[in-house]
Amino acid sequence: MNITVAGVKKEVEDGITVAKLIELENVETPEYVTVTVNDEFVESGSFAETVIKDGDSVEFLYFMGGGR
Amino acid sequence: MIRMYRKDYEKILEHARKEAPVEACGLIAGRTENGDKYIEKVYILTNTDHAEEHFTLDPKEQLAAVKDMRANGLVPLGNWHSHPVSPSRPSDEDKRLAYDSKASYMILSLMDEEPVLNSFHVENNEATKEELVIE
Repeated sequence: MNITVAGVKKEVEDGITVAKLIELENVETPEYVTVTVNDEFVESGSFAETVIKDGDSVEFLYFMGGGR
Repeated sequence: MIRMYRKDYEKILEHARKEAPVEACGLIAGRTENGDKYIEKVYILTNTDHAEEHFTLDPKEQLAAVKDMRANGLVPLGNWHSHPVSPSRPSDEDKRLAYDSKASYMILSLMDEEPVLNSFHVENNEATKEELVIE
């Protein structure tokens, strides 16, 4: 199936989960990445169960914060 | 080297002064060339912590900014935040929460009359100051 990851069209296996896609994309420090699928934020505890569908658009966002 | 336009520096400075004593924050985007970074656009985002000692970028605004960057042919270069009453250097928490080793982390200090902006590369909890050119 075809999906879009960070604006780039890609072909991936059917039924791929968010967790598997994070692994495939070699996302740095995945425990601190926020994921959206079609602009909807995915709960970090649901990455392994969230299945991506054909035509979906996925974004990876790094948590950005700090303090003095 | 990381280059920022003076108008963008003035934009974040004005916002940071307005937000003080709460920390202000945002993103930087542009292009890279031969290892140097050229900031073409700065984004002002909401500090969802609304705190004087912490900041967290609003994820929804972050997503919108990333899409805007892409639409304008820009790449994410890092982020910026203000230190209203502390120096322009990464705190222990700043370093601990700097998860993207490719990003530049810019810190604008307002503690003295003359503001100070520095840019840092942070990797393995170590911060290295980058050469910053404002023009």
